[in-house]
Amino acid sequence: MLELSHVTKRYAGVAALEGFDLTFASGETTVLIGPSGCGKSTILRLIIGLQLPDAGNIRFKGQPLEPEKLPAIRQRMGYVLQDGGLFPHLSARNNVSLMAEHLGWSSKRIVSRIEELAELTHFPVDGLDRFPLQLSGGQQQRVSLMRALMLDPEVLLLDEPLGALDPMIRFELQNDLREIFSRLRKTVVMVTHDLAEAAFFGDTIVLLRGGRIVQKGTLQQMLGAPADEFVTRFIQAQRAPFEAMEQQP
Amino acid sequence: MAGGVLAAGDPDARALVVGSKNFTEGVVLGELVRALASTGSPAEHRQALGGTRLVFNALVSGEIDIYAEYTGTLTQEILAQQQPESREEIREILAESGLRMSESLGFRNNYALGMPKELAKRLGIRRLSDLRAHPELVVRFGTEFMERGDGWPGLKQHYGLPQQDVLGVEHDLAYRGMAAGDVELTDLYTTDAEIAYYDLLTLEDDRGYFPPYEALLLYRAELAKTHPAALRAVLRLEGEIDEGEMIAMNARVKLEGVQENVVAADFLREELAVDVDAQATRRIDRLFRNTREHLALVASSLSAAILIAIPLGIAAARRPRLAQVILGVVGVAQTIPALALLVFMIPLFGIGAGPAVVALFLYSLLPIVRNTHTGLTGIPLPLRESAEALGLSSGARLRLIEAPLAAPSILAGIKTAAVINVGAATLGALIGAGGYGQPILTGIRLDDTSLILEGAVPAALLAIGVQGLFEWAERIAMPAGIRPQARD
Repeated sequence: MLELSHVTKRYAGVAALEGFDLTFASGETTVLIGPSGCGKSTILRLIIGLQLPDAGNIRFKGQPLEPEKLPAIRQRMGYVLQDGGLFPHLSARNNVSLMAEHLGWSSKRIVSRIEELAELTHFPVDGLDRFPLQLSGGQQQRVSLMRALMLDPEVLLLDEPLGALDPMIRFELQNDLREIFSRLRKTVVMVTHDLAEAAFFGDTIVLLRGGRIVQKGTLQQMLGAPADEFVTRFIQAQRAPFEAMEQQP
Repeated sequence: MAGGVLAAGDPDARALVVGSKNFTEGVVLGELVRALASTGSPAEHRQALGGTRLVFNALVSGEIDIYAEYTGTLTQEILAQQQPESREEIREILAESGLRMSESLGFRNNYALGMPKELAKRLGIRRLSDLRAHPELVVRFGTEFMERGDGWPGLKQHYGLPQQDVLGVEHDLAYRGMAAGDVELTDLYTTDAEIAYYDLLTLEDDRGYFPPYEALLLYRAELAKTHPAALRAVLRLEGEIDEGEMIAMNARVKLEGVQENVVAADFLREELAVDVDAQATRRIDRLFRNTREHLALVASSLSAAILIAIPLGIAAARRPRLAQVILGVVGVAQTIPALALLVFMIPLFGIGAGPAVVALFLYSLLPIVRNTHTGLTGIPLPLRESAEALGLSSGARLRLIEAPLAAPSILAGIKTAAVINVGAATLGALIGAGGYGQPILTGIRLDDTSLILEGAVPAALLAIGVQGLFEWAERIAMPAGIRPQARD
């Protein structure tokens, strides 16, 4: 579905990715994880075309991403940001329907699609006419997800979609999201820095460091056969609080 | 009857345009010319356009057809480089520019220096050469006299005058400064009514510096063909005004507050037995006319600025490198003082409303360009990228997302531009554009506070009104979702 080959991207001369190769299988959820600056967000931004690679190429269903084809290809991908990126001057409903209206969908089709999505994302229908600033963080992310799904894209890209939420809401939304992914069977690429979340969602976890892949596989594989010492340290760092509890008599 | 009137009229239906320099006598003479010309053809008077250079150039370029000038000014200032020796030579030089000059109107209005009689007596000053012994005098000259070849620079050299505290002020303000005791020596026009009124001594030009300044009319040669009847009527003024009559007319305007057109009509009726209709314009009519002119200046310059500045601001927001150039250029236009900008426009666009509109347009660009640029670049990056990631085209992003989010900032820029514009437009009157500046300038010239207020008060009210209008529009344009009360 998505294929990055020999991709290099530099920011102000410093390479975020260098000769990077990665393939995302159709219908699978892949989670990109790693410490800050490992290049995980850059991969999403390259796929959606917000940034262009300095070298190498990116293919979507075998077609190379070219600047002039980007608007059309973006309509076949949904993109969700950490803080939602909702347009503050548009109601939740208009945020969701913006692109469909621009493409000339009938209002009947738009209304029924939004109802469908509100049900899918567990978003209350009476919240649709509120503005983003009048919604809670969790509700904003549900709207953002509805907006990303409006055109029924083949690919869903999520950049730390739950990163800004408090733990209770985050837990609730994690469950809802996993249910949505399993129902829709879309190709999902999600970025997170939380290992538990990665294990919760990912068919495949890709652990990145300094712009290259350290290990690719399931959490079990990383625990059982860590590729190097960094993998072990990364896993331990996130398990520390639970281990401390286990060690208590 | 109608045929008879037509036969007496001029072949060219275009109104004959009279100009005048910005001092009272010039305006009175302009009114005399306009009144006489109107017996032969339509005629209008563009009053108090500016200094000698500006008005003479307006005549050369054909923006005006006729105005009153003085021989000394012709030889010492306008034609100083050609150094004409005689009237005949002056005529020849003028003819090369398609101009002619009338015979003398009958009086001289010489330059002279004057000071309060009492002070002169105390210091023992009677003649210009006596000034050499008094370097401490506070001297204020009319701005034109400060610069002119036949003014202060030449006089200072000719007499070896030592005064240091010498500054330029508006001619009429120098008299008021003298009355208040702030000014001790100034330049006079010998027909000024103030000389008697303020009890001033005209110092004797004992070493013959000042040339004679015979009043006469300069006009475009083609008037003889295009407006023969009007020209014939106007030239009846030759030799008709003596010095006493001119001083009396100046006094009626400046000291009694009678309008120039009324003074001119009275003179024509009494001396030439010509009846012209002259009604003092009513304050309310003047106010309407000034308001109309002022609004026209503001509306045309501001709407042009909006049409150009918003796209410039968008271009600047889209291309950071271009932004430096665009913001730099419009920023420089803004740093030019409004008055200087107006003057720069004259060689390019002549006098009147045209150059004023161009200057106001340039002046209005910066706030709008800058606020458009700031409004667009101030949109948070995640929002701009979300719009891009949705697959919206560049144009659709601008229309659906960026423009609504930047609208409050853009409107605030237009508001700033409009308020500046309303104020700066009062300066338009300096180059004949009319508007609220007209009564302000006339008020300064005639020392008439009520006239100054007649321009200043409505200009201030208009600025407040414009500000209120745009604040209301900003509230309307503020998208509901980002109004403060939307947060709960």
